Amino acid sequence: MMATIKIDIQRKAYPSLERANNHPVILDFALSLKSGEFVCLVGPSGCGKTTLLNIVSGLDRDYTGEITVEHRHATPIIGYVFQNPRLLPWRTVRENIELVLNDRQPDRIIDDLLETMQLTQAQHSYPERLSLGMSRRVSIIRAFVINPDILLMDEPFVSLDAPTARQARELLTKLWRQRPHTVLFVTHDLREAIALADRIVFLSAAPMRIACGVNVPLARTNRNDENMIERFRQQLINDYPEINQLL
Amino acid sequence: MPILSLLAFFTVWQGLAIYINRNILPSPETVAGVFWQECQSGRLPFHLGATLLRLMAGFSIAMLLGCAIGIILGRNKKLDAFFDNWLVIFLNIPALVTIILCYVWFGLVEWAAILAVVINKLPNVIVTIREGARTLDQDLLEMARCYHFDRRKTLIHIIWPQLYPFVMGATRSGLALIWKIILVVELLGRSNGMGYQLHLFFQLFDVAGLLAYTIAFVTVIQLIETIILKPLDKEAQRWRRS
Repeated sequence: MMATIKIDIQRKAYPSLERANNHPVILDFALSLKSGEFVCLVGPSGCGKTTLLNIVSGLDRDYTGEITVEHRHATPIIGYVFQNPRLLPWRTVRENIELVLNDRQPDRIIDDLLETMQLTQAQHSYPERLSLGMSRRVSIIRAFVINPDILLMDEPFVSLDAPTARQARELLTKLWRQRPHTVLFVTHDLREAIALADRIVFLSAAPMRIACGVNVPLARTNRNDENMIERFRQQLINDYPEINQLL
Repeated sequence: MPILSLLAFFTVWQGLAIYINRNILPSPETVAGVFWQECQSGRLPFHLGATLLRLMAGFSIAMLLGCAIGIILGRNKKLDAFFDNWLVIFLNIPALVTIILCYVWFGLVEWAAILAVVINKLPNVIVTIREGARTLDQDLLEMARCYHFDRRKTLIHIIWPQLYPFVMGATRSGLALIWKIILVVELLGRSNGMGYQLHLFFQLFDVAGLLAYTIAFVTVIQLIETIILKPLDKEAQRWRRS
């Protein structure tokens, strides 16, 4: 069910029209995730976080380096929650979820997931009729249902209003505790990272490098407590003043 | 409303026919009479059927080939750049030229007739489908790749629904274009079908016969639209917010 992953990217640059302008987006980036670990990457917008996820997912192969995923199958199974939900508008919620399964799974699995994410009512609706928060939850189910070796999440709760984002985070935590997976979660919201992560990795702006990494020792049961999270945030900023520029 | 507008159409026709009062514009009633006679004698169904068969053959071949080539060109920039000029050339060859050339090169045979139809229609389908294939949603294609969709699944669930409006567009404009071309094909080199019959009526100056056949044909095309295309559209677009 779980996997260890080693990311080692020496260099990634996008081809540019002017040769001289070929600045690297990512440089000397090394990160390992333990099996079942929930790691949040926090960094400024546009620093290359999505690029990193695209490389890990295998969508982008144009880089120097190596990604090693310990996996149970011929190829690693990767669940990717994109920043836009990327649901097929011409399929219902349930069909969107069923579509990523290659062999027929018992209906119960999807029923359970829908139930946990509070989408049972909406399962036969088309995505255009859903709110953004609901669509995001559907795309999270879609990533969980394939039982991936690693889950990649690219700011799945950005541009939701605070209560909706909070609800979605709580549902995600619930789902993740039912079905533990190795997660790489990208965000630029430190509070969100504290609420979710076992470990937070801070990233510097282009070229993207690891600035520092911190464990989050808060008990999972206390993560709903806004005050607790705020206190931990203050303490983090005191202990590591350099992360202030990265937020 | 549609009934009212049709009624107005026939009233204007009737009025004009009475006013002109000559054979060159027979009244709707006369045309209906001829229509009935031609149906009873079996001539109209026979020729209409021959034309519809050619329509179906030409249309299916052009659509299948056109969709395949259109998708390939839309997804492959190099091939597209290479064949773009060819498309422009074929788009601009007059239908009459292809028809005559096909008959001259291959003789007055059935498949030459259908080939002429296909060659005339194909570039239009390719251009329309190519536009669709160019604008495919990259995000969804990435999603499909990430979740290991195979080619078939990607085609059916990701590409086809996005191309669908373009295919419907090509179908509608195609039907309208093809049947006009088929009539010329038949007029020039076949001994049955609507075009052949119209040619006959022309030689006899039989306007009533001409109109009777035209109405039959327009009705059939309209039926294809209401019975096949409209329901297909409705089914495929049900996910859209109305």
